[in-house]
Amino acid sequence: MHRSPSRAVPAGRRQRTGVGASWQHGAVPPATRSRPGARKPASGNVRSWDEPTLAPVVLVRGPEDLLRERAVDGVVGLARERDPETEKVELEGATYGSGQLQVAVSPSLFGEAKVVVVSGAEAATDELYADVIAHVASPDPETTVVVVHGGGQRGKKMLDTIVASGAPVLQCDAVAREAEKAEFVTRELRAARRRAEPEAVRALVDALGNDLRELASAVSQLVSDTTGTITEGLVDRYYGGRVEATGFKVADAAVAGDAGAAVALLRHALATGGDPVPLVAALAMRLRTLAKVAAIRGGGVTARELGLQDWQVRNAQRDLQRWTPEGLATAITAVAQADAEVKGAGRDPVFAVERAVLTIARSRRG
Amino acid sequence: MSVWDDVVGQEHAVELLQRAATDPTAMTHAWLVTGPPGSGRSVAARAFAAALQCTGTDGVTGGCGRCHQCTTTLAGTHPDLTVVATDKVVITIDEVRDLIGTAARTPSLGRYRVIVVEDADRMAERTTNVLLKAIEEPPPHTVWVLCAPSVQDVLPTIRSRCRAVVLRVPPAEAVADLVVRRDGVDPQVALTAARAAQSHVGLARRLARDPEARRRRTAVLDVARRIRGVGDAVLAANELVEVSKAEAKAATEERDAAEKAELLRALGAGDGETLPPRLRSQLKQLEDDQKRRATRRQRDVLDRAMLDLLSLYRDVLVVQLGADVDLVNAGDAAIVRALAADSTPEQTVRRMDAIGLARERLAGNVAPLLALEAMAVALRPQG
Repeated sequence: MHRSPSRAVPAGRRQRTGVGASWQHGAVPPATRSRPGARKPASGNVRSWDEPTLAPVVLVRGPEDLLRERAVDGVVGLARERDPETEKVELEGATYGSGQLQVAVSPSLFGEAKVVVVSGAEAATDELYADVIAHVASPDPETTVVVVHGGGQRGKKMLDTIVASGAPVLQCDAVAREAEKAEFVTRELRAARRRAEPEAVRALVDALGNDLRELASAVSQLVSDTTGTITEGLVDRYYGGRVEATGFKVADAAVAGDAGAAVALLRHALATGGDPVPLVAALAMRLRTLAKVAAIRGGGVTARELGLQDWQVRNAQRDLQRWTPEGLATAITAVAQADAEVKGAGRDPVFAVERAVLTIARSRRG
Repeated sequence: MSVWDDVVGQEHAVELLQRAATDPTAMTHAWLVTGPPGSGRSVAARAFAAALQCTGTDGVTGGCGRCHQCTTTLAGTHPDLTVVATDKVVITIDEVRDLIGTAARTPSLGRYRVIVVEDADRMAERTTNVLLKAIEEPPPHTVWVLCAPSVQDVLPTIRSRCRAVVLRVPPAEAVADLVVRRDGVDPQVALTAARAAQSHVGLARRLARDPEARRRRTAVLDVARRIRGVGDAVLAANELVEVSKAEAKAATEERDAAEKAELLRALGAGDGETLPPRLRSQLKQLEDDQKRRATRRQRDVLDRAMLDLLSLYRDVLVVQLGADVDLVNAGDAAIVRALAADSTPEQTVRRMDAIGLARERLAGNVAPLLALEAMAVALRPQG
C-alpha cells in the first residue's frame, strides 16, 4: 500500500514548531497521555485567526465569518504544505448525523492525510457535539479536525471540552471599530507585501468599512491592479464617491446644520441598502440626547441618571450652543411626523426622511 | 335583589329586556346590545340571559336573582349559556363554526339556549357571514345576544337580523352608587373615581379600590404641569414610556411564566432540561405571542394615560371658558386651575390636538417614545 514518504517529516516538524504542550502528548499513546498532570489547565491555547497551526483538533471560533474562512483556509494550507495530497472533507453541523465524524476521520484506502472541516457548529445537532467530545478524548494524530463555531451558547460543552484539552483555538473576533478595520487593511497589505499611505487606508475604510468581506476584496483588487505604494488618489479613483453612511452620520450632519452633507449622506445610506425606519430612529435618538443634555443644564438631573456617557454629554453640549429650545421642538416634531409617514401615514418614506433631515438642519440657529 | 342590579343607569334598556324576558310577544331570537366601552354591555347581556332562564321566586319572575337558574347563569356555569369573548385581536372562524353547532342543540335545563358573543366587533367579515344563517333562523329555543361598541361595528346583514338595544353612558352618580354598593368604598371617593373614569364602570371600580391606580393617574396628570421646557418634555415622555412598560410587564409576567411552564410540560421537557432544537420553534412562537401581547398591553396603558391627559385639558378648557359643567378631574382641581391660569383656550385646543395626534401615531406603530416626545413638546408652555 502506498504511503507518502513525507509522512514522517511533518510529524517531526509538529514537534519542532511546538503546537502546544499537551498536543505533543497527543501524539503518544493514550495510556501515557492520561497520566495526571500531563493535561494542560483549562486556560486553553488561544491564538489569532491569522496564526493557523496543525493539530489533531483545531477550534475556529468567533462572529466574523470572513476571518473564520481565512483561518480554516490557513489550516488547510498548512496541511497541504505538509502533504500536497491532503484531502479536505467538509461536514455541515446542522445536518450532521451520528457517526459521520468517525467515518470522515478514519483513514482512506490510499492513506492520504485528511483535514475534516466541521462548519456551522453554532447551530448543529446534538449528535455532532457528542461525537466531537468523544473524538477529543481520543483524537487521531494523523488527521486534523477543524471545528468552526460562529459564537453563541449552543454547543458550549463541546467548546469547553476542546479548549480544556489544550487544542489550539483560532479566535475570529468581530472587526467593528474604525481602528480595527484600518489595522485589518494594513495587515492584508502587509501579507501582499504592499505599502499604502495612512490616508489611503482611511479612505478605503470610509468607503467600504460596512462589510469586512467587501473591504478585503477591495484590497485584493487594488493589490492586483496597481503597482507601487497605494495612495489616497488611487483609492479615490477606484472607490471614490462611495461613503460608508450610517444613520448616526446622517444625524450628526443634520444636527450640525449641514443640510447638503446630511442629504448626501442620507442618499448614500439609502443607496447602500439602508432602510428609512432605522434612519429616523437614529435622528430621534440624536435629538433625544440633545434635549436630555439641555435638561441636565437646566439642573435637577445628572447624566448618570439619564444613562448618558461622558462623551455623549460633551458632544451634545458642543452642539447645543447652536440650538434653541424652539428649534429643538420643531426638529423633534418633524422627526415624529417622519416616523409616522415612514410607517405608512405617508406615500414616500424616502421623501419623509429627507424632509425631516432638512427641517432639522434648518431648525439649528445660524 | 334582581339580576338587573348591576346594570346601572340604563333604565330604558333594562325595561325593554325585562319585558322581553317575561312577555312572549315582546321576545325575539337575536339581540344586538351596543354601548360605549364601560357602559356594561356584557353585564347587560348576562343579566338578560339570567332573566330568560329565571324560574322565579316568591312570585318575582324575569330575573329574580335568587333562583338556581339566575345564580348559575350570572356565575357563567349554566349549561345552556355559552359566552364567547377574546383577549386576542379577533374571534376566529373556527370558534364561530363550533358555536353554530352549539346553537342547534335544545336547552338541557333552562328555557332557552343563550349564546352571548361579547366582542361581535372582533369578527372578520368572513367570520360574521358564517353566522348569518344561524342568527336569522335559529331553532325555537335559541337566543343570540351580540355585543358591540356601536351598531356600525357589525355588518348591515347582521344588524338587520337583530333587535338593537342601545346602552347610554351612565351618569357618574349611578356608577358611583354601584361602586359603593359592590365594593363598599367611601361614597365621595367613589364619585370622584366615577367622574375620573368618565363613567367607565370597570375603570371607576379600579380607581376607587386601588389607591395605587389613583396615584398613577395623578402622576400622569402632573406630567402636564411639570413640563416647562423641551428638556423636561423629553424626560417626561421617557418617564411615561418607562411606567407603561413596567405596568405591562407586571400585568403579563406571571401569565407568561405559567404559559411557558404549561407548554414545556406539554412538550415533555422537564425543569431545567434543554429543549431539542426541533421543538424550540414552538417555544419561540409562544414567546413571540407573549411579546405581542405585552406590546398591545403597553400601548393600551399609554393610550389610557393619553386619554387621562385629554380629559385634563378638557377640564382646563371648561374652566377657561367658564362653562357650567362638572369637571372630570375634580380630584385634581389644583392642576386644572394652574394650567387654566397659565394658558389661553387656543393653546389648550392645540394641545388636545397634539394628544389626539400622538394617539393616532401610536396606533400607526410609531415608536412610542418618539410619539410621546412630540406630544410632550407640544404641551410645554409657549409664548
